[in-house]
Amino acid sequence: MAVPKVCGLETEYGILVRGADNNPVTASALLINAYTGAAQEQVAFDLIAEDPRRDARSPDPLDPYEFDPELEYAPVNAVLTNGARYYVDHAHPEMSTPEVRTPREAVVWDRAGEEIVRESLSAAQLLVPDGAELLVHKNNSDGKGNSYGCHENYLVDRALPFGKVISAVMAHFVTRQVFAGAGKVGCEFPGMPWNSVGFQLSQRADFFEEEVGLETTVRRPIVNTRDEPHCDASKYRRLHVIAGDANMSEVATFVKVASTAMLLAAVEDDPAMAMPALANPVRAIAQVSHDPSLKAAISTYDGTTVRAIEVQWQLYEIARNWVERTGGEAVGVADCALALHHWESMLAGLESDPASVADRVDWVAKQRLIDAYANRHQLDPGSAALRAIDLQYHDMRPSKGLAARCGLVSLVKEDEVEQAKTQPPESTRAYFRGRCVERFGNEVIAANWDSMVFDIGTDPLRRVPMDDPLRGTAELVANVIDNSATADELVAALAEPIG
Amino acid sequence: MPDRIQRKKSERQGEEVTDAETSPAETPALDDLDDLLDEIDEILEENAEEFVRSYVQKGGE
Repeated sequence: MAVPKVCGLETEYGILVRGADNNPVTASALLINAYTGAAQEQVAFDLIAEDPRRDARSPDPLDPYEFDPELEYAPVNAVLTNGARYYVDHAHPEMSTPEVRTPREAVVWDRAGEEIVRESLSAAQLLVPDGAELLVHKNNSDGKGNSYGCHENYLVDRALPFGKVISAVMAHFVTRQVFAGAGKVGCEFPGMPWNSVGFQLSQRADFFEEEVGLETTVRRPIVNTRDEPHCDASKYRRLHVIAGDANMSEVATFVKVASTAMLLAAVEDDPAMAMPALANPVRAIAQVSHDPSLKAAISTYDGTTVRAIEVQWQLYEIARNWVERTGGEAVGVADCALALHHWESMLAGLESDPASVADRVDWVAKQRLIDAYANRHQLDPGSAALRAIDLQYHDMRPSKGLAARCGLVSLVKEDEVEQAKTQPPESTRAYFRGRCVERFGNEVIAANWDSMVFDIGTDPLRRVPMDDPLRGTAELVANVIDNSATADELVAALAEPIG
Repeated sequence: MPDRIQRKKSERQGEEVTDAETSPAETPALDDLDDLLDEIDEILEENAEEFVRSYVQKGGE
């Protein structure tokens, strides 16, 4: 019953302009256009192909121009040749990875997304007025009560009742922050003073107010019920996850995605399986976050208490048993073996000697910097310099970003990441999307998650549906793409729908 | 209190996993930490108060 765990990450980045009017919407547009203008003809997502850079005052889009916050920017919504979507969402630049088949690929394309953002930042910096500076952070909170997300998406069997999906992941979303939390100075929990918590595990935990719900910007739920599969809804569900921190550690990203995928697959294969259940997940997610000693006792559904790390061990065993029984094919055999190894190693390390996981767990790495810096300069908890370290950990500028200097273990190779900036994954429909954008860019009217729309030169526009994330792969369509010189030829040659 | 789950040493998993999969940095020693702190002294925002005060984001998803 477990369907292949096609997955992906969407990351909203923090953005700030210094030395000029700080308008995050225009700054986000500038950032994205600086990349897409330079690197490729911008292909729109669900929009008629327009070039928002074109401005009557500046015929050459690459000339530096007055950074005019009054200028109306068309919503920027670009689809890249690697199948990713790069766009402005709620006053943040957002990078959605293409759909990938495995958790390791999720890391590769997430890192590629980071590098695209870094390249965008360098290019955009040339376009802002003298003295102005653009800052971009891969984080989830400004420390002042405003939060933005790093979302995950997982392909799930539609036949699995949604109640089972909830019980598969609720306890995991509450407790996985012990290895996946990115750390935060201070407290943003409604009603609690900012300095009531010196340092906590998660950037996002303070912002969850509901167990289950549809919202994403207010009354945030731990499990989001959004049901927009962008694919065949009779076969599949896309589980949209908002309850996670953006990670700088590749191992944390990898295990975060792999563990969640394994748990979903385990419940798909055995819907009757008992999963750990907490009495009050909303209370627990903040409780767990506020206690870096990892001792907080959270209430379980059967009236006992348990520490978060014990819940993680239970979930680890469930995943491990599933892999043993099935081989782990739905997530990826090699990915499962590697993820279980790292998951176990991080949990064991967190229990015995947390400093030992400073090379894999973002909150431990960050806390280590903060504690040592506070000690060196005799600073109180919550001092401005420590808050600045919290932020600068996530700074995307190579000259300033602290995460890159912490000795975090890398999981994927730099040349893989470099390739993934422009090449799509081969095992999902992202391949078809990315290759079409690259090869037939001028003829693509729109590139959506579940379809491509071409202008072949004659009416009407041609829509190629992509209803199955597992089709449109290199194996299925590389040849027909390579052998088609135009979109017209491609559409004619496609013997059957991609989806 | 739920029984403590017996955790078998996942030696088998450890053996199956090639070290080539990761490039472990040595757990930074105390000396390295001092060097890192020196670097932070150099590159940390000069006016931390102002930077932290001005770092405001719109809510997102």
